[in-house]
Amino acid sequence: MSLSTISLESLVRTKSFDRLLATAKSTGCASSSCGSSAKPDEIDSAVWEKIRDHPCYSEEAHHYFARMHVAVAPACNIQCNYCNRKYDCANESRPGVVSEKLTPDQARRKVIAVANEVPQLSVLGIAGPGDACYDWKKTKATFERVAREIRDIKLCVSTNGLALPDHVAELTDMNVDHVTITINMVDPKIGAKIYPWIFYNHRRHTGIDAARILHKRQMLGLEMLTARGILTKINSVMIPGVNDEHLIEVSKWVKERGAFLHNVMPLISDPAHGTHFGLTGQRGPTALELKTLQDRLEGGAKLMRHCRQCRADAVGLLGEDRGQEFTISQISDEITYDASKRKVYREVVARERGDHVVAKSQAVATVKAAGSGKSLHIAVATKGGGRINEHFGHSKEFQVYEASQKGISFIGHRKVEQYCLGGRGADATLDGVIAALKGVDIVLCLKIGDCPKDQLAEAGIRVMDLYGYDYIETAIGALYAAEFGSEPLAATA
Amino acid sequence: MALKIIASQCTQCGACEFECPSSAIKFKGEIYVIDPEQCTECKEAFDTQQCASVCPVPGTCIPA
Repeated sequence: MSLSTISLESLVRTKSFDRLLATAKSTGCASSSCGSSAKPDEIDSAVWEKIRDHPCYSEEAHHYFARMHVAVAPACNIQCNYCNRKYDCANESRPGVVSEKLTPDQARRKVIAVANEVPQLSVLGIAGPGDACYDWKKTKATFERVAREIRDIKLCVSTNGLALPDHVAELTDMNVDHVTITINMVDPKIGAKIYPWIFYNHRRHTGIDAARILHKRQMLGLEMLTARGILTKINSVMIPGVNDEHLIEVSKWVKERGAFLHNVMPLISDPAHGTHFGLTGQRGPTALELKTLQDRLEGGAKLMRHCRQCRADAVGLLGEDRGQEFTISQISDEITYDASKRKVYREVVARERGDHVVAKSQAVATVKAAGSGKSLHIAVATKGGGRINEHFGHSKEFQVYEASQKGISFIGHRKVEQYCLGGRGADATLDGVIAALKGVDIVLCLKIGDCPKDQLAEAGIRVMDLYGYDYIETAIGALYAAEFGSEPLAATA
Repeated sequence: MALKIIASQCTQCGACEFECPSSAIKFKGEIYVIDPEQCTECKEAFDTQQCASVCPVPGTCIPA
């Protein structure tokens, strides 16, 4: 077996890995497309080098690469109305939530354990649960320890920006080339509704004064990062009635200051979370409100639409969380890094991605050639690798694509409860899945039973399992042509 | 005079430990504790008590 015949799926299943590794080592890569670039034409090659393996900065990369967060930075210098600092729960999935805080040395061991077992791992991020730049000594100690042992791992931080300008020089020295800043406002009057206080220069500031300081520091930090060529992602929490319209202004400000990506996320608000917004009944936006705003922001900084709002200790591909497999009590004190799985995975991905890009551009051409003004919304069950490779009933989320005259674009994901637990489907769960798929025309999956298929059909959603293991875009292109093409597509593909 | 930390409310974020100008706060076992011998209530160092100003939970760093 040569590398070119190894599937990505088999690589991420542990049992067959050792055998595959042995054969891969003995044969090398014989594929003609090995090493061909998946770089999109519109992206500068220096930027592409930075984002090609980063699942958050490249939608395309998120099908192949995984990130992990280590919760080493619990201290924070601001209070946000959407955050409850006392929260600590293994069953919640949202930013700021963790089940165990780690010391820098525990974090080093955890990263090595994950790197040894999860070949897709490419990025180590520190995203709290407090602020990575404020709790700087722990952030820095963690990065230094990990980078000494895993030299090719990308380092990434997430910050509210208040302490950011103080650490830009050190971030640059440590080769951190991705920084996320949460910017919810550029108008301190709006900021005062989101931030009750900040701690800055040894005292607490409140109201407009606090928001004004935070705003200045965020803009300064962003400008400093841009000047040093560090890529920035701006996270904005969309809070209906507070900053939703205002985010259009935020988008302009951050684009002018060189932000690479803008990620507008829905407010998560529930009285049970104990946040100020949760307790005062502030609601989050609907999926449609979020998409409408995102569509209006097109033309500003490039939008991230594949964010899963992960926990401060998430592990795995963006749509999955394997954190529970790597709690610190399960990890040996003496663990050492073994690069072999990540190395083979990367070689296989390099080949597969070149192939995927060719297939994708063909599919986009097919959609455009259909010459239809109509659009199609397609939800896909996938385990990664850019393919339709998950059973309907096993999906915890569906990735939603829009095919239209403009091509094929990823527009978001819908989280669902798994329909099939222990091999049997539950009707109540299926109702929830159907509700989550509102607005979707067609679902593509590896397999589905007749019963759920019929119920979805009654709800006006067609489910197809004809395209199992195909690239997502290839299947969508073929479907779109069949639906809207002026001429039926010849059966040559 | 000194301050104390109400352990049952503490989130153990540790911000007070590194903000304290007197190095009076230490993580002992499972909780953060203020050493009353070392705590100066930030007198002469700052206008406000640093631990109480940065603490995210109201009423957690209070006069002992």
